[in-house]
Amino acid sequence: MIDASWLLVAIPALSAAVLLLLGRRSDAWGPYLAIAASTASFVVGLLTLFTVLGEEAENRIHDVTLYSWLPAGDFSVDLGMRIDPLSLTFVMLITFVGTLIHVYSLGYMQHDADKRRFFAYLNLFVAAMLTLVLANSYAGLFLGWEGVGLASYLLIGFWNQHTENAVAAKKAFVMNRVGDMGLIIAMGLMAANVGSVSFADVDAAVPGLSAGVLTAMGLLLLLGAVGKSAQFPLQAWLGDAMAGPTPVSALIHAATMVTAGVYIIVRSDAIFSAAPDARLVVAVIGAFTLLLGAFIACAKDDIKKSLAGSTMSQIGYMVLGAGLGPIGYAFAIFHLVTHGFFKAGLFLGAGSLMHANDDSTDMRHYGGLRKVMMITWLTFAACWLAIMGVPPFSGFYSKDKIIEAAFVGSGWQPWVLGGAALIGAGITAFYMSRMFFMTFFGKERWVDSAEKLGPDDPRPVRHPHESPLVMTIPMIVLALGATFLGMLLAWDSAIEHWLAPVVGESELHHAEPVMPLWLIMTTTLTLVALGILLAWRQYGMNPVPLTPPHGSVLTRAARRDFYADDVNEALTMRPGQHLTRTLVYADTAVVDGSVNGLARGTVSLGRSWRKLQNGYVRSYAALILAGVVVAGIVLHLVRM
Amino acid sequence: MSLVHYLVLASILFAVGAVTVLTRRNAILAFMGVELMLNSCNLALVTFSRVHGGLEGQVMAFYVMVVAAAEVVVGLAIIVSLYRSRRTVSVDEPSLLKN
Repeated sequence: MIDASWLLVAIPALSAAVLLLLGRRSDAWGPYLAIAASTASFVVGLLTLFTVLGEEAENRIHDVTLYSWLPAGDFSVDLGMRIDPLSLTFVMLITFVGTLIHVYSLGYMQHDADKRRFFAYLNLFVAAMLTLVLANSYAGLFLGWEGVGLASYLLIGFWNQHTENAVAAKKAFVMNRVGDMGLIIAMGLMAANVGSVSFADVDAAVPGLSAGVLTAMGLLLLLGAVGKSAQFPLQAWLGDAMAGPTPVSALIHAATMVTAGVYIIVRSDAIFSAAPDARLVVAVIGAFTLLLGAFIACAKDDIKKSLAGSTMSQIGYMVLGAGLGPIGYAFAIFHLVTHGFFKAGLFLGAGSLMHANDDSTDMRHYGGLRKVMMITWLTFAACWLAIMGVPPFSGFYSKDKIIEAAFVGSGWQPWVLGGAALIGAGITAFYMSRMFFMTFFGKERWVDSAEKLGPDDPRPVRHPHESPLVMTIPMIVLALGATFLGMLLAWDSAIEHWLAPVVGESELHHAEPVMPLWLIMTTTLTLVALGILLAWRQYGMNPVPLTPPHGSVLTRAARRDFYADDVNEALTMRPGQHLTRTLVYADTAVVDGSVNGLARGTVSLGRSWRKLQNGYVRSYAALILAGVVVAGIVLHLVRM
Repeated sequence: MSLVHYLVLASILFAVGAVTVLTRRNAILAFMGVELMLNSCNLALVTFSRVHGGLEGQVMAFYVMVVAAAEVVVGLAIIVSLYRSRRTVSVDEPSLLKN
């Protein structure tokens, strides 16, 4: 099965190609082909997983070379695949959650005239992400890395008839390119210092490299990760990316795209383990972003944007975990897997809410929806408990371990990183409960048409209803995952042993956190409970105003993403625009000016000389005679 | 009669021929101007031949005569066909190949 693993990528890629090339002719059956392709990929992944599970732990890393991609003298890049526990974990997450999202989209996009194109892009996304995680070299990884960038651009701007969606897609694309620059330079450093960009060669060469080179590589890889995973300071695109259809948000946030940053850090564990300075920066960025995203999620009234802030925050946990080094790698991936389930569930739930509420995402216009949307309510509740880390839901097992690991170390580090992770858990509970209570509890802030109290009533007219089965079944499956997956994977440290061949055994069990374990866990759960209570007092018990209140300075700043857009505009966009305008001016005035001037001169010279070509024999004869006379005079003068 | 006199006569004949070619519209007259210029060349060649006591000038004069004869044959044929097709022998009117 290992040799056939290229099918994983080939099937969805082929399906995307068929759908895009056939165009409208495949409208009728296109979505079903896309779902079949994604399912087939999942089945191949499952068979590969069983094959690898049947082997001894130390034999579980397979490098499959497909063909020589870039043979360039001494430097050559082979395109190949690495089948190992880490890549297979991702394969299972991507294909399983991806397939569920495909199925859900069948209902969500039912009335969209262009749904065949949508499914083609979804397949492309899955294929690109699988390329990313299965590649056995940074060059192959980069191929998939750019592929998910392209697919996300196409999907965020799927409804590009609205300018703001197209702008959001462009923003995501451009900000990702900034990060990609880091990855490209990192690959350049590898080519220069190691002479190869394959994982095996780079890992083998790490002990021989100087600390400076390793730190630079680590920081540049981090820059790439920061762009893809929407971490500080390249986080501003994620909120705007909500412009795409909701299943896309689920796919980007849960199974693909933003998880790529965590993947690349864990995949480059050899580099980061040897460069503690770079690793510390990773951990600090993760801790900072987890708080930043959590604050943003607290302030947003748009349910999707609040979830986007939450993703930023949860990915922050993973980056923090990965930045902690060998004690955290496995738990970063663990949290990534459980997060994939509950965040996909939350987004699909949000999509179901939008479906029922005329595409409104404003939570202030929801309220009391549990009575009319039973299944959505229950699945959302499971994911809500999971993301807060309430035992025994899956988020508890993964997040708690990261908080524990953050408290290991010496000096200021455990207190700052652990403190941030701890506070983040409390804020997570607050914003998720706020969302949950505002949406499903309290008084209804919408009316059926009959109950409308005259034209002055500000409440919108709605007829909320439960979504069709094709949408609710994927939500139920994800909710089951959100409930039980953590327990299953944490059973007897299964996920740590599974990932051990790639990232090494976690040292957490032998490490001594600066606070006793029971204290960390109790504090976390107390903060979570406190967050829920606070949210209940504010949004469950008391009526929620239809228009957002003015709010404190912090709230207003968080509503505007802490002015990230303004900062980006002032620091990079405007100077960039000025620079390009100057260059354009220089181009038109100086370069084009001289070239065009030369051309214009030639043309006018030709125009005046054209008059000589008048077709009169006698004037030609006169010219010849004049020429002879001039030549004679010149010869005469030269002779003298 | 010194050399200079012959050469001056040849120059005058050449100038008259050149002016004729440049100023007359009638193709036949322009043609005669060309003949005049050729003859002035022949005169100069023969004169030099006499003065230097060699035969090269005489031989060259014969060449010129042969060329002139050939030119008359082709030129007159062109003029005749021109007249047939356009009912004119003016050199200015058939300027179709300009531009």
